[in-house]
Amino acid sequence: MQTLDCLGVGQRGRVEAMAGTDAITQRLYEMGILEGEELEVIGLAPLGDPMEVRLRDYRLSLRRSEAARITVRPM
Amino acid sequence: MKSTHPTIALVGNPNTGKTTLFNALSGLNQRVGNYPGVTVETKKGKFHWQGQTFNVIDLPGAYSLAARSPDEMVAVDVILGREEGEAKPDVVVAIVDASNLERNLYLTTQLFELGVPVVVALNMMDVAAAQGITIDVARLSERLNVPVIPVQANKSKGIQELKAAVAKAVGASPPKLAPSFPPAFEEEVASLGRKLAGDVPSFLLRRLLIDVGGQTERLFKTETHNHLDEYLDSARARLAQAGCGVPAIEARVRYGWIRQATADCLHRPVQRPPSWTDRIDAVLTHRVWGLLVFLAIMFIVFQSIFAWAKPLMEAIGAGQEWLGAWVGAGLEPGPLRSLLVDGVVKGVGSVLVFLPQILILFAFVAVLEDCGYMARAAYLMDRLMARAGLNGKSFIPLLSSMACAVPGIMAARVIENRRDRFATIVVAPLMSCSARLPVYALLIGAFLASPEEASITNWGWWRPGVVLFAMYCLGLVLAPLVAFALKRTLLRGETPVFVMEMPLYKRPSVRIVARRAIEAGWQFVYRAGTLILASMIVIWALLYFPATHPSGDNYDRLLAERQADRDRWEEQADDLAKELEDRPDSDKQRQLQAMRTTIEAMDDEIRELQQAWKAQSYLGRVGRWLEPMVRPLGWDWRIGLAALASFPAREVMVGTLGLIFQQGEGDASEEGYQLQLGRRLQEATWDDEPTRKLFNVPVALSIMVFFALCCQCASTLAVIKRETHSWRWPAFTFVYMTTLAYLGALLVYQVGSLWSGV
Repeated sequence: MQTLDCLGVGQRGRVEAMAGTDAITQRLYEMGILEGEELEVIGLAPLGDPMEVRLRDYRLSLRRSEAARITVRPM
Repeated sequence: MKSTHPTIALVGNPNTGKTTLFNALSGLNQRVGNYPGVTVETKKGKFHWQGQTFNVIDLPGAYSLAARSPDEMVAVDVILGREEGEAKPDVVVAIVDASNLERNLYLTTQLFELGVPVVVALNMMDVAAAQGITIDVARLSERLNVPVIPVQANKSKGIQELKAAVAKAVGASPPKLAPSFPPAFEEEVASLGRKLAGDVPSFLLRRLLIDVGGQTERLFKTETHNHLDEYLDSARARLAQAGCGVPAIEARVRYGWIRQATADCLHRPVQRPPSWTDRIDAVLTHRVWGLLVFLAIMFIVFQSIFAWAKPLMEAIGAGQEWLGAWVGAGLEPGPLRSLLVDGVVKGVGSVLVFLPQILILFAFVAVLEDCGYMARAAYLMDRLMARAGLNGKSFIPLLSSMACAVPGIMAARVIENRRDRFATIVVAPLMSCSARLPVYALLIGAFLASPEEASITNWGWWRPGVVLFAMYCLGLVLAPLVAFALKRTLLRGETPVFVMEMPLYKRPSVRIVARRAIEAGWQFVYRAGTLILASMIVIWALLYFPATHPSGDNYDRLLAERQADRDRWEEQADDLAKELEDRPDSDKQRQLQAMRTTIEAMDDEIRELQQAWKAQSYLGRVGRWLEPMVRPLGWDWRIGLAALASFPAREVMVGTLGLIFQQGEGDASEEGYQLQLGRRLQEATWDDEPTRKLFNVPVALSIMVFFALCCQCASTLAVIKRETHSWRWPAFTFVYMTTLAYLGALLVYQVGSLWSGV
């Protein structure tokens, strides 16, 4: 099991679980990152952080520290 | 605002074309408003449909009604009718992006629970179609059990149909379908309701349970509910036990419901075709190319506010001078004329002079936001800004502040998080703006340019450049440090959420861009302009009064007389010179020379008179009184007075130095004037020690450092007041920057003096 921040560019993963109950986790849920959802890392910013992720029908950018809350199963 | 017309609230995710739809609905008939205690703006407009008038409120874009700050609470309060002075809306229009239906409907399902009829405006069907997404609108409307109207806001399509649906929905019953939460959750909501008593809407009870550390929690805690924390903790623990822990439960329930509702009306291709956005982003968010494009765009933005605005600003300056001369011509010399010319006209000019920069910067910011690039810029710069505790969106406001802090601070509106926005606003004036340049240029030119006059060491030709660069670096280094300190003290709080949508690229709308630029300009003139004008008039009065010469005459009138005398002599001298050109005559030549000498003497007299007047003015007296405080900076009272007079606007420094050091008040940007004034400064000596030069390298550096760090700009403070809705932040900015400036100047002078042995 890995967290999202460990996936490389171009890798996909399925969300297994999310940690935390605070505003950041809540926002991730609201944006549609749910258990079973498929994510694809499509890029990293010049300094390696934040990362750009595709999910559902759109793209999202999030910091690595935020991505570390998301446990994924690589596909 | 009480009104008998039905009120419509417009709600939607960011980047769904909400502003475009609002413009299409209400046309030019709109105004910007603020609710007390919040820093987000809401727009209000009107539209007519079949003889009836409807009020429209455009609420701030949001992904969810789970409010985490007073700013985010506005939408909830307005829709629930809890916002004071605001009628509860009759209909909520949920604008939804068809190309990203599921995530957009999340907010819509929350709106279903507010007891207000909902109409869904389905926007961007064309974008969805281009991605191979098809939506069966009639069936979607059936599944959601609310009217769904397809619109194309940017082409004004479907607007009439939307207006008709909205008119029909007034007075209709609220949505009957909504995602249902597990029984365990509903039980907790009910018992929380009993505990709180009073008439708390069930929507707020749910928010209270779900939003850990959210705004509703803060709200009810202040409303004297004892032990609420403990109760919520235990209720949430019970929910987690029952398998519906917060906040996950809400997302699971809503997205589950949405998936079911859209199952047979939303069709997506199995293989997503690569879109334009994919192709553009491959370059624009690329580690190398993306950064290069970003730097190029930033260069253009910076160059435009620095250089393109210049002719316009000069035109405003010329207009101000013309108006001043025109007003002055009709009046006798005296306090009234001086008030109008030097106080009012100059004050108005100093407000208007910012307009070109504000308009240009806001046009750029609006283009970057509207086309979707702003999110990419924030993405590219986030890591860098995160080190100072800020986020990527702070970059553009800070960069713009290097041209002028006023538009820069206004551009900080793009930062959603309140603490990050305030930290950015407070450090923005540390960036070296273009108004500091004339001061640097004057002092570097006079004391740091030619090696033979140097007193530190014989540095090379590169010294002026290095010193200028160092002055800019001072702000660049200190701004992040101050922001870092602020984010750990005054603006401490939980780490803001950076999770940010990367919207689809689209062509920016000329109307939206023009509107935003004009709105920003108007707000500046209207809300900040009056404050700036008032402070300019106060400083004018302090420098004008008392205006009585020891002879009992008025300084102003005396000066006008001398000036008129001098001008008459000059005219005669010019006539004589012309005569001599035609018919040379050695007697007359001598006469002309004598006249020229007299004119010079008169010039000196005028300058002395000006200096004497300013020295005994109220501000001059304060300057003298403050001398012990500025001595450690290497300054005498005259430098202190010039610095003091520059507090409303630092660009007057050069002119004030000119007045005090008897060069007259000239054009600071003119090279000849700067050169002459520089020479005057080089010759200036201490009052009490006529053999000791007043200025040397450490003194020049200490003045420059003071100017680099001090907030000598009433406009900046007025804009901070306007953007933070409080006097606290401008006061704080003023105090911390003045302290920093004093300490910086002290350090530079003391160390510099030790080193150079002066």
